[in-house]
Amino acid sequence: METESLSSKYGAGFKSMRGEAPVCIADVEKRDWLRIAQAVCADDGILISLWGTDRSASSEPYIVSVTYWVTEGLLWLRLPADAQAGYPDLSMIFPAAVRMQRALFDLLGIRAYGAEDTRFWINHGRWPRDYFPLRKQFSGLEEFDNQLEPYPFVSVEGDGVHEIGVGPIHAGTIEPGHFRFSIVGEKVLRLEELLGYKHKGIDKLFTRRELLNGHLLAGRISGDSTVAYSWAYCMAVEAATGCQIPERAQWLRALLLERERIAMHLGDLGALGNDAALTFGLSQFSLLREKWVRVNARLFIHRFMMDCIIPGGTIVDIDGDGIDLLLQQCQEIEKEVQTLQVIYAEHSGLQDRYFTLGRVPPKLAKELGLCGMAGRASDQARDARVDQLMPLSVYTQLKVRKVTKKAGDAAARVLVRFEEIFESIRLLREIVRKLPSGAINTPLTSDITDGFGVGCVEGWRGPVFVALEADKHGKIIRCHCHDPSWQNWPVLEHAIIGDIVPDFPLINKSFNLSYSGHDL
Amino acid sequence: MWRILKQIAHVGLPTEPAPEANNAWRTDEDKIQSEILQILGRALCIRHVDSGSCNACELEIVAVGNPYYNIEGLGIKFVASPRHADMLLVTGPMTKNMEAAVKYAYDATPDPKLVIAVGDCACTGGIFGKSYATLGSVSSVLPVDVTVPGCPPKPIDILRGVLTALSPRIQDK
Repeated sequence: METESLSSKYGAGFKSMRGEAPVCIADVEKRDWLRIAQAVCADDGILISLWGTDRSASSEPYIVSVTYWVTEGLLWLRLPADAQAGYPDLSMIFPAAVRMQRALFDLLGIRAYGAEDTRFWINHGRWPRDYFPLRKQFSGLEEFDNQLEPYPFVSVEGDGVHEIGVGPIHAGTIEPGHFRFSIVGEKVLRLEELLGYKHKGIDKLFTRRELLNGHLLAGRISGDSTVAYSWAYCMAVEAATGCQIPERAQWLRALLLERERIAMHLGDLGALGNDAALTFGLSQFSLLREKWVRVNARLFIHRFMMDCIIPGGTIVDIDGDGIDLLLQQCQEIEKEVQTLQVIYAEHSGLQDRYFTLGRVPPKLAKELGLCGMAGRASDQARDARVDQLMPLSVYTQLKVRKVTKKAGDAAARVLVRFEEIFESIRLLREIVRKLPSGAINTPLTSDITDGFGVGCVEGWRGPVFVALEADKHGKIIRCHCHDPSWQNWPVLEHAIIGDIVPDFPLINKSFNLSYSGHDL
Repeated sequence: MWRILKQIAHVGLPTEPAPEANNAWRTDEDKIQSEILQILGRALCIRHVDSGSCNACELEIVAVGNPYYNIEGLGIKFVASPRHADMLLVTGPMTKNMEAAVKYAYDATPDPKLVIAVGDCACTGGIFGKSYATLGSVSSVLPVDVTVPGCPPKPIDILRGVLTALSPRIQDK
């Protein structure tokens, strides 16, 4: 990345970081914080993630970090902060910052000053309000038995307005979270989410791990995106240690990632048929998904390809027979999905439900920072594979076609999934055709000079981001993993407005956001 | 409609052995399926409760409903309320934030009830263990009848777990 032009553009001393992702890092001061945010926003950049680190034994003992995605790549800004003064609130510029700032407070005890919404987000009252697990003085193993505290939902008042509380346990086989609907009749006036139920203290758990085994934890942050997370984590480790992985490993990783994307899109398309009362769609697509994951198990040991990616490369390879099987399956699945797409498109009952449902117009999507697959359905044309955040050696050759739609409704999100399946099948064929020979992994370099690393991978849901800080002995000081659901959950609250309660499951499914990846 | 019928005819009966399923898996499936049928006489209601999983176990529980495993064809169904359930399938390490909700769900399930801990995290706490945010295994909060290991367990193992939970009751009679 051209650091000089960046530095003059944003008025901060950027340094280029090592690794596959183009990332520049800068230490900034309080007065730069909002100014740079405004400049990024004016330049159509988006907020990727916000997190905090305890670095103890220093006059300003905490670092608040933020990452933006701009035209040139990723910008990582680090701001020293102390517990009293905090750091300036970003939410007026990037609304997606609200919950990240609340989570940062719950975990580290550093407040965004000027922020309007200071309710708890992750700490539901089960551990003390002054216990901040990410502070170094705590081990994270402390045990508390405090009671849950009621959450102050915003109440909507007026004639005939009432509330429906749903969750944390939902009616289907899905993850837990609470939805509070304020409704009149069956029309939704307001939806408010409460997440954090699945909080497992993952950020703290990482501090007890080493670079070499952190991928096991990263691969279990969100099981539906295990390939994306383990790749992003390993990319960060390799950046931090200056490790060059073999070419073949890069291509194999891309192969696994596209297989994960197809598996999840197949599952979602079935569920989206089912939620609109076309059970035929569920049986057909769940059958295809099962066939798909069984081939995963045959070729790559695990049905979801968990733990296949390791720091330094992969532990799985594919031989000639494997490639034949893969190509044969691609042909079969492609044909079936083509047939099913026609059926979905011609099914009036289905299309009647999909069209205009849960609509996020492009303008709103942009303001709120909607990203990933759902973002592309609302004309937010970002894709880490295309926009050069992922290994160039692979993705410039593959020339991924970005799938975007303008409608921003459930129909658009269904269509994006269909088209991304076809595109990923094309990529799989290209990958096995171009797969270079050679080793599939390499040991990490032993001399660690620079402790920072970043990884960013376009998972099926959107960009999965990992920022890593390690010491010279290969121990993790801080590893922050960010799921695109952080950006997209608040947008779901807007998508439902004006629709009716019975449509919520379908709208929710059309986004299919992660609870576990968000709650950490 | 014509296309739908054509597609159904084209796919055929999915419970027929698919080419690659012509292996030990298939026989295992058939055996377990027939045993479940024998014991239950087509009636078991399951409520899934996620106590903090990573969502991989959920994907595999959903998979037991696909035409390959066809759990509904065996008379087993997933119900929306614990009040309608005979059995709870609990996934994930028990998070502090989910503990109360899981206990409510258990209390709402009518007796006699069975609890299956599905997946390594539910069995032992897994990679997440015990911390300020988690209590470890599901058994630290609920009486667990059967544990199904795996990360995540394969759908066939989840079916096997369901059968295992039922078997001792039959022998008791």
